[in-house]
Amino acid sequence: MTIVRRMAGALPGAALALALLAAAPPQARAAGPVEIRIDNFTFNPPVITVPKGTAVTWLNADDIPHKLAGSDRPWKSPVLDTDQRFSMTFAEPGTYPYFCSLHPHMTGTVVVTAE
Amino acid sequence: MTRIEKASRTDQEQGLSRRTALSCMAWVGTGVLWTVAGGVPRSLGLIGDAAAAPPGGSTPNSFTFVQVSDSHIGFNKEANPDVGATLRAAIDGVNALPVRPAFAVHTGDVTHLSKPEEFDTAAQLLGGLKTGALHVVPGEHDVLDDTATAFRERYAPRDARGNGWYSFDEAGVHFLALVNVMDLKAGGLGNLGEEQLAWLEDDLRGRADSTPIVVLAHIPLWSVYPEWGWGTADSERALAALRRFGSVTVLNGHIHQVMQKVEGRIAFHTAMSTAFPQPAPGSAPSPGPMKVPADQLRRMLGVSRVEYVPGTAPLALVDTPLIG
Ligand SMILES: [Cu+2]
Repeated sequence: MTIVRRMAGALPGAALALALLAAAPPQARAAGPVEIRIDNFTFNPPVITVPKGTAVTWLNADDIPHKLAGSDRPWKSPVLDTDQRFSMTFAEPGTYPYFCSLHPHMTGTVVVTAE
Repeated sequence: MTRIEKASRTDQEQGLSRRTALSCMAWVGTGVLWTVAGGVPRSLGLIGDAAAAPPGGSTPNSFTFVQVSDSHIGFNKEANPDVGATLRAAIDGVNALPVRPAFAVHTGDVTHLSKPEEFDTAAQLLGGLKTGALHVVPGEHDVLDDTATAFRERYAPRDARGNGWYSFDEAGVHFLALVNVMDLKAGGLGNLGEEQLAWLEDDLRGRADSTPIVVLAHIPLWSVYPEWGWGTADSERALAALRRFGSVTVLNGHIHQVMQKVEGRIAFHTAMSTAFPQPAPGSAPSPGPMKVPADQLRRMLGVSRVEYVPGTAPLALVDTPLIG
């Protein structure tokens, strides 16, 4: 995931592709801590795939607060000020689009797989 | 002009002007005189020359008011570690005006994180304004408790509707104080919502076309830069209801820089922040706070003064930086 994150700043398209590659079963089963970095009003990586039961953490690296909210399900984070983190464990497989409720042009997706 | 200011203007000209027909955008150290004009026939009473309109002068019922915006009380990052001091400087500037403004409006983001202590500090500072009433619309940073309770308790009048929108009249000018920072949708922009739009149409119904209208809303009601969320998704319906009026002035904040656009008889204006500047559209990787050298910061912060002279002119806007 480190590579994906590094790539994300430079080349969003490539990062997306890499994120999907990283979701291939061998990596996906190695469920370590997963962190999405919020940088320059962008979720890095914008799409992340994790096995169910994985705790996903968002870190706000901007000097403006952000606040996560589910796009099609009613979940939300508290306000994340600079350097604050929020973690959520996704128990059920599915696709979880989300956005920043302060800056709704910021969108991302967590894809949760069965295994 | 500083280098940064020139840069933002160049970006403006290259990036946006053709598409959105921005009439003007400029920073001048000593303050910019804005007149709400743009090729609109004089017979409609729309062309005004602010320089020719004596502020608070001999014309009966003429008055001025000030627009303060984006104070972000609670923000303490590198872009401005002391937003209280810059808001205080803005207020001192207003209080030093030769003619006392009739009232003040704040176009949102009074606080940074909607915390009670931030609202307290802001109220204490804004209480120093030597103007008449203060009318405030919320920014997205003021409603982080989701229900906007803290904001409404402080600033919404008792007869405010829905999420806290309301209208009021001052000296023959009708003001609409709108809320476009709540119930935002994924991938979207600012949002007025069906209920507020219906209320707005109802509020305007029956008012004479000659009534000057001023609209207050935090996020611009025109499409400044949708890529950064700088626009309001359903503003077109509001503008449609406003087009029949002879003079409409839309005052926004949110983008922490002065921009103006004239579209028919509607003049759009965004104010400087009193806290920190934000980059010109597309000129940076993100709309995050711009870090400028300390000696330049106060040139990029400020307030707007609005002059209204009945019958002869639309509202004229003068943007004044904290120092210059
Ligand atoms: Cu955000």
